Amino acid sequence: MSQVQEFEKALANSETSVAAFDEHGTSLVKRIQHFLHSTPAAVPLIVLVLSIAVFGVTIGGRFFSSYTLTLILQQIAIVGILGAAQTLVILTAGIDLSIGVIMVISAVIMGNCAVTYGLPTLLAVVIGLAAGAACGLLNGLLVAYMKLPPFIVTLGTWNIVMATNFIYSANETIRDADVDVQAPLLHLFGLNFKVGTAVLTFGVIAMVVLVLFLWYVLNHTAWGRHVYAVGDDPEAAKLSGIQTKKVLISVYTLAGLIAAFAAWVSIGRNGSISPSAAVTDYNLQAITATVIGGISLFGGRGSILGTLFGAMIVGVVSMGLNMLGADPQWKVLLTGVLIIGAVAIDQWIRKVSV
Amino acid sequence: MTQEPILTARGLVKRYGRVTALNSCDFDLYPGEILAVIGDNGAGKSTLIKAISGAVVPDEGIIELDGKQVLFKSPIEAREAGIETVYQNLALSPALSIADNMFLGREIRKPGFLGDWLRMLDRPAMEKRARDKLTELGLMTIQNISQAVETLSGGQRQGVAVARAAAFGSKMVIMDEPTAALGVKESRRVLELILDVKKRGLPIVLISHNMPHVFEVADRIHIHRLGRRLCVIDPKQYTMSDAVAFMTGAKLPPEAALAA
Repeated sequence: MSQVQEFEKALANSETSVAAFDEHGTSLVKRIQHFLHSTPAAVPLIVLVLSIAVFGVTIGGRFFSSYTLTLILQQIAIVGILGAAQTLVILTAGIDLSIGVIMVISAVIMGNCAVTYGLPTLLAVVIGLAAGAACGLLNGLLVAYMKLPPFIVTLGTWNIVMATNFIYSANETIRDADVDVQAPLLHLFGLNFKVGTAVLTFGVIAMVVLVLFLWYVLNHTAWGRHVYAVGDDPEAAKLSGIQTKKVLISVYTLAGLIAAFAAWVSIGRNGSISPSAAVTDYNLQAITATVIGGISLFGGRGSILGTLFGAMIVGVVSMGLNMLGADPQWKVLLTGVLIIGAVAIDQWIRKVSV
Repeated sequence: MTQEPILTARGLVKRYGRVTALNSCDFDLYPGEILAVIGDNGAGKSTLIKAISGAVVPDEGIIELDGKQVLFKSPIEAREAGIETVYQNLALSPALSIADNMFLGREIRKPGFLGDWLRMLDRPAMEKRARDKLTELGLMTIQNISQAVETLSGGQRQGVAVARAAAFGSKMVIMDEPTAALGVKESRRVLELILDVKKRGLPIVLISHNMPHVFEVADRIHIHRLGRRLCVIDPKQYTMSDAVAFMTGAKLPPEAALAA
């Protein structure tokens, strides 16, 4: 025992029980704030339930039918999967602008390998997945080792991959019928089955399973905790003994791989394989789902379940407005409002600890 | 001392551009001792500690751990060699829980299929060990071991960082200002913990500006001045004002201390 200094003698009688405080001083708003802080997927879930309720009331039973609701799921499967990939990257305080075109080039590669070159379909899929992962690996190496900002790196690879896609494919579409005859396995995720009036595709199942799997990985494995730690405070993560470069590289590579998986799902949904899909704003849709889902763009905060809810919110809103016969621009406008609202709520929740 | 030092450094040099932070600095740490490192702001204490803990790579000089030369290129390598550091900025991830932070980079996985194949973390085991360590430190004002570190006060965060280093250090523990942000009670606990760790045979390097704390727990005091070791004194033979005089250059240290 060290020799206790005079003023410290009073400590001998100090309390040793775990601190406990009366809760009545906290207002309802504060408690909500705390709840949202500890449950990051709650906000998008509440918004999702609210938007379903609002459209349900205004449109009526037609909207509530299981057919409509499962149709929404079918429509968001691709964006949901890309959003999952985007979530991983954004959790590390990065951003991936290239996953949309990585998806398209992977689809083109899969299609060409299976249909044009006549390789076994399974091999074609593996080559496509490998191509997507390789693109992601390139992003990861540039971010981790060259220390370039993720925005710049992926802005660059976005253009590079898009151009490569058009040069390689000569912008030739592979027709639906050709895929069906020569490589039906590529259409796997387009197959559907009915449960009552609900129509589910394998693509929808794949999205949900993927998100649940990633949720498990992010919350219950060391790697997942490291992803959060790197996004939260990279310097602290490094000093705590996390190999931040390896984490970053694995995250970008996995994002590329998931984008390539989304390619397989997209072939099932679209039927044909069109290189010109590269000009579609899949990136922005995925980022939108992620942001509305409450993943903080500053990294380290949010739950991947939120991304799934975020994608569903966009799906519900666009389907609802469609059924109301509204101008499609209203959907765009509302999406913008949701994005700003989501980020504003994120900032408010963060203040809980200050 | 007749014992061999556990860690020695000779002729460490580190320059940042035109600024020389370490100027041919020597350093010795003996088994089972508490060595305090004191010095003015800008004397190069932090750089010396960073060189030992792997956070910076010295430009010149050698470091030997247990008689074997080592060159740490990162804190991870130093940690693997058994050198644990409590950084002044604590190196905690604010959004992660206390238990997650304590086990960051060395998580415990569940036994059997869940851990080996599904890589599932053993949260209950980690939370229990974290709770035990914190209780040992007397940080019972922490109510919930799974609460995020950002919801803790500054002192509580410090306690978590100290508990982490104490739990995992195997060769030596470096503490950079471990009591700077703590209240009276927590400071006392940390000082007691430092002595506890010493009793278990682990040597400690303590960097502190708090002279009473330094003189209370240290076995030897390394006085750092102008980027190098000025002298090493025994706290029992010198007063606090002597130490302050040496480190600010107000008084020249005795020949005997210089040789130490």
